[in-house]
This record gives sequence, C-alpha cells and structure tokens, in this order.
Amino acid sequence: MEPFRSVRGGGARAWLAAAEASLLRSLVGQVMSLVESGDPADEPGSGTDDDLAALEAMVHGPGADTIPEDPVLARLLPDGYRDDPEAAGEFRRYTEPALRSAKHATAQEMLDTLPEAGGRIQLTQDQALSWLKALNDVRLALGVRLGVTEDFEEQWARLKPDDPQWTAFEVYAWLGAVQESLVQALA
Amino acid sequence: MSTAPAEVDLPRSADNPVSDKPWVTIVWNDPVNLMSYVTYVFQHVFGYPKKKATKLMLDVHHKGKAVVAAGAREAMEHNVEVLHGYGLWATVKQDK
Repeated sequence: MEPFRSVRGGGARAWLAAAEASLLRSLVGQVMSLVESGDPADEPGSGTDDDLAALEAMVHGPGADTIPEDPVLARLLPDGYRDDPEAAGEFRRYTEPALRSAKHATAQEMLDTLPEAGGRIQLTQDQALSWLKALNDVRLALGVRLGVTEDFEEQWARLKPDDPQWTAFEVYAWLGAVQESLVQALA
Repeated sequence: MSTAPAEVDLPRSADNPVSDKPWVTIVWNDPVNLMSYVTYVFQHVFGYPKKKATKLMLDVHHKGKAVVAAGAREAMEHNVEVLHGYGLWATVKQDK
C-alpha cells in the first residue's frame, strides 16, 4: 500500500495491492451485514409466541430499546445515556434504525470507491469522510473482538507468531495505519 | 494539562426543576479510536479550531471523558447521534 496523501482541492489518494483491497472489502462487508441483520434477540418472532413478539415490536415502535447483546454491535450502536435506562431506551428507539442505515450507507460508499482488484484510489472529501467512518467501524469491531486496550502493541508483542490472533492484531495495526494516513491527508 | 470545563451547581428545589439545568454532550475514552481521528471529528462536527479540539481529545484520553458541548437537550441528542455515526462513544447528560 501507498498511504493516503492529500489531493490539491480536497480529498485524498492512495494505492492498494489486490490482497489489501480484498481484505478491506471483506471486513467492511462483515460490518455491513452486522448492522443490517441486527441482534437475533431483537428480531420479532424469535420467541416462542409470534403474536406476542409482533405485539412487542409494535409497542416498542421503530426500534429496539435495549443495547444489543453482541458486544461489537453494542459498541457500534452505544447507549445515548448512561445511568438512565429509560432515557437510553427512548433515545435508542428513535435513533438506532437511522444509525444502522447510516453505517450501512457509509460502508457501501467505501465499497463503491474501493476497486476490487486494488490499485489507485482517488477520493473526494465526502468519500474520504465515508472511508474514515467505515474504517473506524471495522477497527471498533475488530478491537472489541480482540479485546484491545490502549496497550495494544504490548498485547500484540506478547503473542507468538503462530497464535491464531497474531494475524488479526497485524490487520488491526494495519487498519490503524491506513486510517491515520487518511486523517493526516484530510487534516 | 488544563482543568475540565467549570461546572455550574444550581440549587435544586421544587421551584427550580431539574429541567432548568443545561444539558451536555460527553465523549468517553475508548482504546480503539485514534487520537488524530477524535481531534478531526471534533473539528469537523463542532467547527472547533484545532487547538480546542486537541485539548478536548486530550481530556478524553487522560481523564476518561470530556464535555464537548452544552445546550438544549435536543441539540445534545443530535450531537450524540452524529458522534455515534463517527464511532465515538458519546452520551447526553443533564449537567449538575
């Protein structure tokens, strides 16, 4: 990869190898299906009584009112209030569906501007912003799954190269470098 | 490091309902979000100059959280929605 650099007049450009483009597409696609499908526990009809579940969905209105059980989804769609479950539930009902669609659309915009075979990437300011958000969501998802802390480099260094998590840490570090170069290109 | 924004402590009584107090947008520390990215988001979303955005980012990083905006409840909820779109960990709170 050639890191992102700023473009005169706004936006950014970079160059990606085919394998890097394919890795990014796969990770972004995973986040897309995650925010799309939602938490299985929130799906109406997942209980034993479909009528009751449908009624529950109706009462709950447009969205769920509890934080998703999956820790990655819980981090991507966090509560809007702390220590106030009632306000948090109400906030979630009215904002979570839109937040899910926004994250989905952002990821789609990144995929639309990411050539499948890699190569040269040229982004407008708006497209670059979508990349920043989508890259950040992928890093959040991976970071939660790996349980990274602020001492992530030490966590990584403690792993043996044959540890199954070693490659995931390498990918996480690489994603951080890609995002950092894009922030610097836009700043 | 400078101190956190000054807090106003109004006395509470039946004549001074809680709803009179200002609302704030809080951003919490997170081990994943890049410092440069958080600073960029504060500049981009709130229009803060780089110096102020950097100070707020450092407050989040070192103190665990920072108040990044204050005002009407609806406006703070809107901020939180926008910040969640960027992947920042933000909440609304009534100031005390």
